[in-house]
Amino acid sequence: MTYARDVAALARKDLLLELRARDTLPAMVLFVAAVFVVFHFVLPAAPSRLETTGLLWVAILFTALLGLGRAFVPEREQRTMDGLVLAPCDRSAIWLAKSLATLAFLAAAEVVALPLYALFFHRIGGATVLAVVLADLGICAVGTFLGAMAVVTRARDLLLPLLFLPLALPVVVGAVGSSVASAPGRYLGFLALYDLLFGVVCWASFEYVVAE
Amino acid sequence: MAATIRAVGRSSRIPLPALAAVSLVLITTALVLVFYVAPNDANQGFSQRIFYFHVSIAFTAYACFIAGAWQAFRHLWKRDPRADLQSYVCVHQGLIFGTLVLLTGSIWAKISWGRWWVWSEDELVLFLVLYLFYCAYFMLRFSLEPGPQRANLSAVYALFGVVLIPVSFAAIRLAKEFLHPRVFTLHGPNFGGWILVTYCVAQVAMLVLAYTLYRVELAGKRLDERLRELKEVFA
Repeated sequence: MTYARDVAALARKDLLLELRARDTLPAMVLFVAAVFVVFHFVLPAAPSRLETTGLLWVAILFTALLGLGRAFVPEREQRTMDGLVLAPCDRSAIWLAKSLATLAFLAAAEVVALPLYALFFHRIGGATVLAVVLADLGICAVGTFLGAMAVVTRARDLLLPLLFLPLALPVVVGAVGSSVASAPGRYLGFLALYDLLFGVVCWASFEYVVAE
Repeated sequence: MAATIRAVGRSSRIPLPALAAVSLVLITTALVLVFYVAPNDANQGFSQRIFYFHVSIAFTAYACFIAGAWQAFRHLWKRDPRADLQSYVCVHQGLIFGTLVLLTGSIWAKISWGRWWVWSEDELVLFLVLYLFYCAYFMLRFSLEPGPQRANLSAVYALFGVVLIPVSFAAIRLAKEFLHPRVFTLHGPNFGGWILVTYCVAQVAMLVLAYTLYRVELAGKRLDERLRELKEVFA
């Protein structure tokens, strides 16, 4: 119960910071809209559903990367990471709270992005929405974890996409499969399995990322 | 400090020159078997012989990555002071063998299908993903100052690798269903007789070669480390 309270307090801190500074979310929304406009010009006239679905997932992935890259920036700028690590709570709570906050930003960006996609390209089915939910969980869990790793390196923002994209490949496969296959059950199951597997791995090993 | 120097200086059981000699003999035997003893493939003819190298190198690369993850696990779990360097050297060898997998696979694809790259080969695509993943491992490692933090982050990332291998493989298989409905089957090998013997010898030769290279690199890296520590002591 204390664990849940710690997570809630930490996540609330990030949401409050975003609410006051408004750094990340407007950038993500604007980015995803701009990417859709770029898509219009790189696609052939009247693109098929398969083509635009693939690009939708590219847009979601890169929008998520934008948010993930910012996730630990306040901690670095304000030098609060040491304080968080020293706080009398389980270290994995830091990861979980940060993932939840990032998930909230990504979901908010998608609330704008998905209707925009439907308006510009093709309508969206229920399986795609479900895939978005499941993929977001995996993207935020793994991405936040890697964001915490990247932020302590010299290369910083440069490193996150390099670390993240090979690990996000199974998410892309599951997500695109769910959106285009006639029987999306297997792909959705695969996404859920990915979330579970990598969620547990991240949760168990976050301790080693922040502690020396 | 003294404890570290002693731990670093501790040598393994098999001496390095003996290992080098064994791998030389094994590689030579494998080459002889591959080129002079193994029968020609009924469909692909002479070019199929690259299979003995390609598959055994691929298996060796996997073994290196798994060994790297195992050492990473030992670093995190037991706090073994040598495990970090061992894990790094394993992953480094894995990446070298991984490069060879992509090269030999590419050559085989060119001869079999007339193109240098085919997306229909699961193994090759998986290796490309793993290759990118482990290249990022090096970017991560070289972007951190040497110390406990670098050791921890490298270890955690190396552990992610072994989780990624089966998940990516499943993903690539799944992706085929909506990307390439047609499935290539390379050949239905009658895996027996000289083919099996040649493959096994080539496989053992590659594994021993990888282990020898691992030991050589590790010895060099440890020597560097020791020299640095001695310089610090006498500075």
